[in-house]
Amino acid sequence: MMGGILNARWPQRLLDLPWGIIVLIAAIGMFGLVVLYSAAGGSFEPWAASQGMKFGLFLAMMLALSQINLSFWLRIAYPLYAVLLLALIGVEALGQISGGSQRWLDLGIIRLQPSEFMKLAIVLALARFYHFLPRGYAGRFAGIWPPLLMIGLPVGLVLLQPDLGTAMMITAGGITIMFLGGLPLRWIIGPGLLVAASLPFVYTMLHEYQQRRVLIFLDPSADPLGAGYHITQSKIAIGSGGITGKGFLQGSQSHLEYLPEQQTDFVFATMAEEWGLIGGVGLLLAFGVLLNWGLRVALQAQTIFGRLVAAGLSMTIFFYVLVNVMMVMGLAPVVGIPLPLISHGGSAMLTVMIALGILLGIHRQRREVSI
Amino acid sequence: MAGDGDSGRMFDRRAFFLGGVQVAAGGLLIGRMAWLSIFESEKYALASEENRVSLRLIAPRRGWIVDATGEPLASNRPAYSLDIVPSLAGDLDSALDRIAKVLPLDADDRRRIHAEARSLPPSASLAIAEDIGWDAFAALNLELADQPGLQPMRSYVRHYPDGAAFGHLLGYVGRATAEQFKENRDPLYLVPGFRVGKDGVERSKEEVLRGKAGAQRVEVTARGKIVRDLETRPDTPGETVQLTIDRGLQAFTAARIGDDSASVVVIDCLTGDVKCLISMPAFDPNVFSNRIPQALWAAMQADDHKPLLNKVTQGLYVPGSTFKMVTALAALSQGVLPSDTVSCGGRYTVGGNTWHCHSRRGHGTVAMRGGIAKSCNVFFYSTARRIGPEAVADMARKLGLGQKFDIPMPVQRAGIIPDPDWKMQRYGEKWSVADTLNTAIGQGYLNINPLQLAVMTARIASGRLVEPRLIATGPAKDFAPLGIPEDYLEVTRQGMTDVVNGPGGTARSARLPVEGVQMAGKTGTAQVRRITAAERRRGVRSNASLPWRFRDHALFIAFAPTDAPRYAVSVIVEHGASGSKAAAPIARDLLTYIYDREKAEAGLSKLQASRESARRAKAEAERLAAVQAAEAKNLAGVQAAETKRPAALQAAGAAALPAAIAPEAATGRQL
Repeated sequence: MMGGILNARWPQRLLDLPWGIIVLIAAIGMFGLVVLYSAAGGSFEPWAASQGMKFGLFLAMMLALSQINLSFWLRIAYPLYAVLLLALIGVEALGQISGGSQRWLDLGIIRLQPSEFMKLAIVLALARFYHFLPRGYAGRFAGIWPPLLMIGLPVGLVLLQPDLGTAMMITAGGITIMFLGGLPLRWIIGPGLLVAASLPFVYTMLHEYQQRRVLIFLDPSADPLGAGYHITQSKIAIGSGGITGKGFLQGSQSHLEYLPEQQTDFVFATMAEEWGLIGGVGLLLAFGVLLNWGLRVALQAQTIFGRLVAAGLSMTIFFYVLVNVMMVMGLAPVVGIPLPLISHGGSAMLTVMIALGILLGIHRQRREVSI
Repeated sequence: MAGDGDSGRMFDRRAFFLGGVQVAAGGLLIGRMAWLSIFESEKYALASEENRVSLRLIAPRRGWIVDATGEPLASNRPAYSLDIVPSLAGDLDSALDRIAKVLPLDADDRRRIHAEARSLPPSASLAIAEDIGWDAFAALNLELADQPGLQPMRSYVRHYPDGAAFGHLLGYVGRATAEQFKENRDPLYLVPGFRVGKDGVERSKEEVLRGKAGAQRVEVTARGKIVRDLETRPDTPGETVQLTIDRGLQAFTAARIGDDSASVVVIDCLTGDVKCLISMPAFDPNVFSNRIPQALWAAMQADDHKPLLNKVTQGLYVPGSTFKMVTALAALSQGVLPSDTVSCGGRYTVGGNTWHCHSRRGHGTVAMRGGIAKSCNVFFYSTARRIGPEAVADMARKLGLGQKFDIPMPVQRAGIIPDPDWKMQRYGEKWSVADTLNTAIGQGYLNINPLQLAVMTARIASGRLVEPRLIATGPAKDFAPLGIPEDYLEVTRQGMTDVVNGPGGTARSARLPVEGVQMAGKTGTAQVRRITAAERRRGVRSNASLPWRFRDHALFIAFAPTDAPRYAVSVIVEHGASGSKAAAPIARDLLTYIYDREKAEAGLSKLQASRESARRAKAEAERLAAVQAAEAKNLAGVQAAETKRPAALQAAGAAALPAAIAPEAATGRQL
């Protein structure tokens, strides 16, 4: 693989990149910086400057990842999954020892949040599984239990942390690959109904604060100054923005700190207050274009691994956007999923940029029929 | 390789389906957002504005209280204070720790702040310190600007220029209680700088003095920090309340009373204007309005001089001989002639029981004028038996005793005017001759307050139904006549004139040192304990030999000038022993102040100088005694333990004493 990169004809490879999409990604990221600049009351500190540096770094990393061949991802799919699973166990064990919930491993230089990368690893690992699954086995029991186990293990560990949002994302990513990998519809509809029927039992197993969040999601006015505060203030920010918004640097909800997590999970509300419906729809359409491109890459790719990874990663980014914006607008419980490319914070941006880098790589190799 | 065949087509179909899901989800999100920002925009814009803008009430400046000439008795002084909103401050204790570095806070302050934080609604601000001075205010603004929830404020503090002299009259102000807030939920009650009247005029005229709160619209962060002012509606200060009080007279009289436990009322006989209303000792309203120190409060509650009680309206006393005018007027109105005489032999016997006159040899033949002047008990015993107890009680009520008056004092105690019906109702016993005799000379069940006594004097002096008036607004009322023939009233007044100016008067030392002005008066003594027959045989012990709290109350009523009465005075000195020695000089001096201010003030400074030297001498004697005791202790050495025991025994004996005499204390109720 390293030889492949070195031997490539660089000018041609660069020209082959979908620059329209890269510019779109950069534009979304830049818009995010503008929002963070305003959220800090018109200041680069403390968010916009650091976010800008990370974004630039990750953008370069994304371009570098786009040059990696799919064979590499295929090869490391299982090892990566295994390492992250061990890391999740390690986090859990550390949490037990220190007597509190913990989500990251402190490696000295960086804090590694294994659950974050598991969102990618589950897609790669399952895609690898289906890539090598003999034709016709997708519907058989032998082709169903391994992916279910592969999803179940990390989801269980993440739920123990407890991190409902990430567990949902990993499940959704895994189910997406199983769905695209050829799982018969009866296997989807049946368990789907089963899951729906078991929701009340799941609810009773949730932590108290999670139960409260669900209840408050169903009726935010029940506790407007307590836990319903987040949702209520976020809706006020979006609603008061109106069609055209209050104007750049004019968002009172964010500047006067009524909006909680204005720079992370609720950054969409911060944006919508100042840019209004126009800004919100514009941002959603930009994500739509990006996701549409991702799915087209999947349809164009020739290898099963490439198709599944491309579609799975697109759907992962889609879930990010969907859950975050639904949460911010009061359509979903508050689960702590950031808005990709916009929310302040490194982990989620890194995950999304890696996914985009892999997508760019698949796009580059979309015409190759074998890995 | 995988792109063709069944599985390839299935992948395409399912990928398209997912694409459809994405489009549908996108539609849902956009639809939801449009709903929020178009159809519900108005509602949320309002909510956002409510968030952003906070309405802060500005405590209204309290109206002034001024005296009859417009001199301020209670005003407002600009000051600085520090408030905190506990819900915004985070950890209250660590916030207080930071504040304590700039502004000293003791354990009491912290306890109070924590207690208030618990009882107040979480969003309300509470006072950390008031009247903190400019330096502390500036330092706080500078050093604690980043502490959330902290609010250094400009405010006003109630100021009473003359302090304790006006304590009971004006009362004081303080924070509204939790009960007051619960009553009407007025958010003004929660504003830390806001004060309500707690006693006296401050409490009675609360509605007039309060004013209307101002409001300030400010932009605030979620943590309560003010970003900027938007608009301010100024407060409407409370109205000024003008009293009929003479500030100079009241201050002079308070100083004249000194350390005694006394009350003084001066009423203008023509208008009913209360010129002076004092109960001493008193609290300093400046101190009480800030925060009442617990130790001070406890000391005042324990003080036998009762500084927390407004004795003028709440202190009840046996009127003693000052009541004899009532008996006299009752007799005159019942047909007894002023010239009717009684022979006084020093004792009066009914059915085997003997009542004594204070002169053992007797006053001889006594008519009404002389009876008053000499305060002859036998004359009034005999007269009261002629007219009966109802006539005496009716006259007492007519003269204002047993009544409550329309003046702005929160609590007035009416006292007791006993008659046969009252006794039957109260004790279920029939009225006895003894009751008639006791009442006739102002003893027995009678209970009056100093204000009533002053009104009675004003009514006798003017011959009209004078009503006391403390608020100077509005025209003076024209009072109806008492309905007692003027020549009868004149006999009574002459008797009172003789008390001070006549040859055998009981208060001759109280003559006014003012050219051309004479004072009429009447002394009274209210027994605090009954003199037992055994004591009487041994000879009456002088009051001075008794402990302070067993001495008689000294009473004196007066009016002046005698030819055209203008001022009516009542003075009661608790345990002052003698009306003529303790009470009458105070009346004399304050009337002197009215007619010759310089002379009165010169007398007062002389008096104060002698008081000061007496105090020094006493302190010196105590110091010497202490030194001697210490020396004796050193000498005694081993016997030190022994000396303690007698002291303890003495203390126990003193405590047991009141209980022992209690059954006999029927005639002289203390308050």
